[in-house]
Amino acid sequence: MAKAELMNYEQALEKFEVVIGLEVHVELNTNTKMFCGCRNDFGDEPNTNVCPICIGLPGSLPAVNRKAVESSIAIGLALGCEIAPNGRFSRKNYFYPDLAKNFQTSQYDEPIAFEGTIDIEVPSGAVYTVDIERAHMEEDAGKLTHVGGNTGRIQGAEYSLVDYNRAGVPLVEIVTKPVYGAGAEAPELAAAYVRSIREIVKALGVSDARMERGNVRCDANVSIRPHGQEKLGTRTETKNVNSLRSIERAVRYEIQRQAHIIANGGTITQETRHWHEDRGITSSGRPKSDADDYRYFPEPDLVPVQPSNELIEQIRASLPEKPAERRKRLQGEWQFSDLEFRDVVNSGLLDELEETVAKGAKPQAARKWWTGEIARLANAEGKDVADLAITPADVAELATLVESGKINDRIGREVLQAVLEGAGNPAKIVADRGLEVVSDDGALQAAIDEALAKQPDVLEKIREGKLQAAGAVIGAVMQAMKGQADAGRVRELIIERANA
Amino acid sequence: MSELVKKNASELVELLQSGEITSVELTHAFLDRIEKLNPVLNSYLHVNAKEALATAVEVDRKRAAGEKLPMLAGLPIAVKDNLTTTDAPTTAGSKILEGWIPQYDATVVKLLREEMMPILGKTNLDEFAMGSSTEFSAYGPSKNPWDTGRIPGGSGGGSSSAVAGFLAPVAIGSDTGGSIRFPAAVTGTVGTKPTYGAVSRYGLIALASSLDQIGPVSRNVLDAALLSDVISGYDKHDSTSLPESLGSMAEAAKSGSLKGVRVGVIKELNGEGFQPGVKARFNESLELMVKAGAEIVEVSCPSFEYAIAAYYLILPAEASSNLAKFDSVRFGMRVTPEGNPTIERVMAATREAGFGPEVKRRIILGTYALSSGYYDAYYGSAQKVRTLIQRDFDAAFEKADVLVSPTAPTTAFKFGEKLEDPLAMYLNDIATIPANLAGTPGMSIPNGLATEDDLPSGIQLLAPAREDKRLYAIGAALEALHEAVWGKRMIDFAPEVKAGA
Amino acid sequence: MSELTPDLVRHLASLARIQVTDAEVDRFAEQLSLIVESVATVNSAVAGDVPATSHPIPMANVFREDLVEPSLTQEQALSGAADSDQGRFRVAAILDEE
Repeated sequence: MAKAELMNYEQALEKFEVVIGLEVHVELNTNTKMFCGCRNDFGDEPNTNVCPICIGLPGSLPAVNRKAVESSIAIGLALGCEIAPNGRFSRKNYFYPDLAKNFQTSQYDEPIAFEGTIDIEVPSGAVYTVDIERAHMEEDAGKLTHVGGNTGRIQGAEYSLVDYNRAGVPLVEIVTKPVYGAGAEAPELAAAYVRSIREIVKALGVSDARMERGNVRCDANVSIRPHGQEKLGTRTETKNVNSLRSIERAVRYEIQRQAHIIANGGTITQETRHWHEDRGITSSGRPKSDADDYRYFPEPDLVPVQPSNELIEQIRASLPEKPAERRKRLQGEWQFSDLEFRDVVNSGLLDELEETVAKGAKPQAARKWWTGEIARLANAEGKDVADLAITPADVAELATLVESGKINDRIGREVLQAVLEGAGNPAKIVADRGLEVVSDDGALQAAIDEALAKQPDVLEKIREGKLQAAGAVIGAVMQAMKGQADAGRVRELIIERANA
Repeated sequence: MSELVKKNASELVELLQSGEITSVELTHAFLDRIEKLNPVLNSYLHVNAKEALATAVEVDRKRAAGEKLPMLAGLPIAVKDNLTTTDAPTTAGSKILEGWIPQYDATVVKLLREEMMPILGKTNLDEFAMGSSTEFSAYGPSKNPWDTGRIPGGSGGGSSSAVAGFLAPVAIGSDTGGSIRFPAAVTGTVGTKPTYGAVSRYGLIALASSLDQIGPVSRNVLDAALLSDVISGYDKHDSTSLPESLGSMAEAAKSGSLKGVRVGVIKELNGEGFQPGVKARFNESLELMVKAGAEIVEVSCPSFEYAIAAYYLILPAEASSNLAKFDSVRFGMRVTPEGNPTIERVMAATREAGFGPEVKRRIILGTYALSSGYYDAYYGSAQKVRTLIQRDFDAAFEKADVLVSPTAPTTAFKFGEKLEDPLAMYLNDIATIPANLAGTPGMSIPNGLATEDDLPSGIQLLAPAREDKRLYAIGAALEALHEAVWGKRMIDFAPEVKAGA
Repeated sequence: MSELTPDLVRHLASLARIQVTDAEVDRFAEQLSLIVESVATVNSAVAGDVPATSHPIPMANVFREDLVEPSLTQEQALSGAADSDQGRFRVAAILDEE
């Protein structure tokens, strides 16, 4: 499994048009599984959240989880889809040891939602409309552990172990239509699309939407064709791309790999490929001999799902604002420039910012704290901002303390550090440590007198118009006050003195 | 032999309730007879003596203490071995499940336990209920008590031979294309397939999910009704289970009459291919019914011609998928070939060794019927034939209250006679299959002996979906007419089964 | 209608994970060809626009509430397995050694 030869990215895009298609699996956060009452929690001891249904014991029968259906309808509506008046489940037949019944109960020709669209903004600010072909319900498979051989991979393993805790967990698979015209931004579009799906299902509250836990999984289809050619190129389906960054990298890699092959007279094999995060490459998946013939047929043990208009409208009415609309609204309310706003969105801090503003911070202040100092500290520690021990309420309090002049920026940064170290909330830290700015002019005047005594020519220079001369005195005063002074006020007092 | 075992279940229930007999006594009587005759009849694959007696003891204790007991408490019963039981191995007649003790009870088994009926054991069947003779059981065929050289019908030949041979008063069967009704016809017993969804399928090892239905096997219509009232009802574990109650079959059986009933004779099921003696008895029954005030009308169901073809597409297709889970991983047999085989080879070798020829044949046929490129022509068309058959039934029930036909074209055939000719074997189900395709209820009741071989024949009654009560009312009335003519029950004509050497 | 050749039977058996001998393939091909010929008559039955029936008794919207029910214990879950290890079902390697 070597790194394939790649064509330079710019060169590839000069020669070829890129077409992508994305299949995103969203794991629903229902209490129980899709077809049985076992706990939807697969981190537990192996094979403890299982029953005759989800380990496929002879005689067992499935029963559909109402909540999973409602969550699926909500996802469909949020993606602007139509909801099928008559949906049904089918069996997708293939043998694999993680599939307890050796068929997956899934929707096939009658998905619950179809024909939607979603606008996706990429980092450059360009907006692409992605058409959704369908969103359908299905069940997850169990989890395989490969033993022996090296590094726990399926290749070279001596045997495998199966845990069915995840078997039967409800999934919604969202499939796009082919996406044309993103050109060089196709990789960014793929990542931004998955980010949007995450935001949507999180906002709907139907999924925990954590990619690192596999709650949201993406398969990326990529094909290329020479500019002007009508016929679509042969596509590959890259599986196992489980972070936004790797989606972007995997799509870019496939474009470059395919371009090299075609440019050198080769042909693309229609196949499943696997993304290897560590090496930044895709590799050919195992050719599945059964893949061409899943022998779908309507699941005879389940009856059709026919959502009433009342139910659909009830779910529609309860939908949260669409992410794109929300972003538009927030940018307007906060009066951020496009650049400022994109910076917030790309840092994934929109939720935090909104909550901070809601708790009383000024939008610009909230933005500066989150995308500035807090992001810097997270980065320095190699953590996600979300993992830091600071809440929007803390940041709002901090910003308000600075805004009201109770502390200055430098003290603010010190307070932030203390919050992260667990010393309590900002107001408490300021009080405990006596960090409040000295606003008593008398105390400041005394410090100014002391500083001027050491630099007697300063007042004269100011009178001559050299205002910058005040800087040295301000510095001395701030030092004497241990930083707990409002530098602006100190400056005002010095100038007043010179002009007195 | 204890005469007790020959009594109808309804009489035994009265004797239990009045305290004239105990459940332990009754259970012992059946266990004794099983011990003596099961080596000959091979009705049971597993006998649950200890567990059955424990239930019997409990019933007797409660009765003695004056506690309120369910209606059939203490009445022993046999259960077809394709229903899961936590206290007995469940094989579905297949080697692939040999020794498997299920981790859960089928809903019907749960209901029998709640009714406190001692479960005598698990009865034989063609492997995964695929067959009409029990010759496809991996554990050898069951024998017909009327002639042990002949088949007891199938797939539920274990239950029919147990009930006909007095090795159980009643039994549970499952009917996918006639597996309760055909065995009843050839053993002189009563077999009923309820409306699809009337009895929960949870815990029934699926053959064809859209056709399978559990039902009672008995020696008389009232007994069937009593058992039906125990096992029927909505079950949240079966999404195809009917939400509404179909009423009391026992009451229907007790109030049966033929007066003014329009009896439809299905033209397409009364012609060629039916044994003369079977037809003769059938026509006599029509006359009896007319005398009792019924009106005979002829109905035509032209699409029935395609029923077997549709059935042998839908059944294998669904079965090929239902039986995929038998793969050596979570339960059942595992065969590991030499060398370091992959799981794929282990699965293929296990299924090769674990499944018999008929099961393999049907799985391959079903795989074919569902394959891309063939689906529309086969499975798709078969599902449309189902619609046509339902329409035929609808039209027929405009003209008639019940439909009748001989249950099967012939009486019990000899072992081996049709074993190598699948198509001939499939024809046994010609009259029973339409009800499975349409989901409608059907009942076979004893209809006298065919003159040419002195073997039992059956008459089948069919009613519209959810109108199961009609079968019990009319079936009980016809049964009473028969017994008045014969002077005894038909089962009383059966020769005594001789114990083995 | 395509004929059930021995090759097709072999392919179908492989899809259905049933190991078959050459003799079995030939026998099944012969028997199944006859059966297929007979069941193919369903095609002639359904001229015109007939809807398919997949459920004999039409029903819709049968749901289970999202409430947790007791699961099996790990011991029960594994009780029927031919082989298990560390609380999991054990199976032979999925891929051939390459």
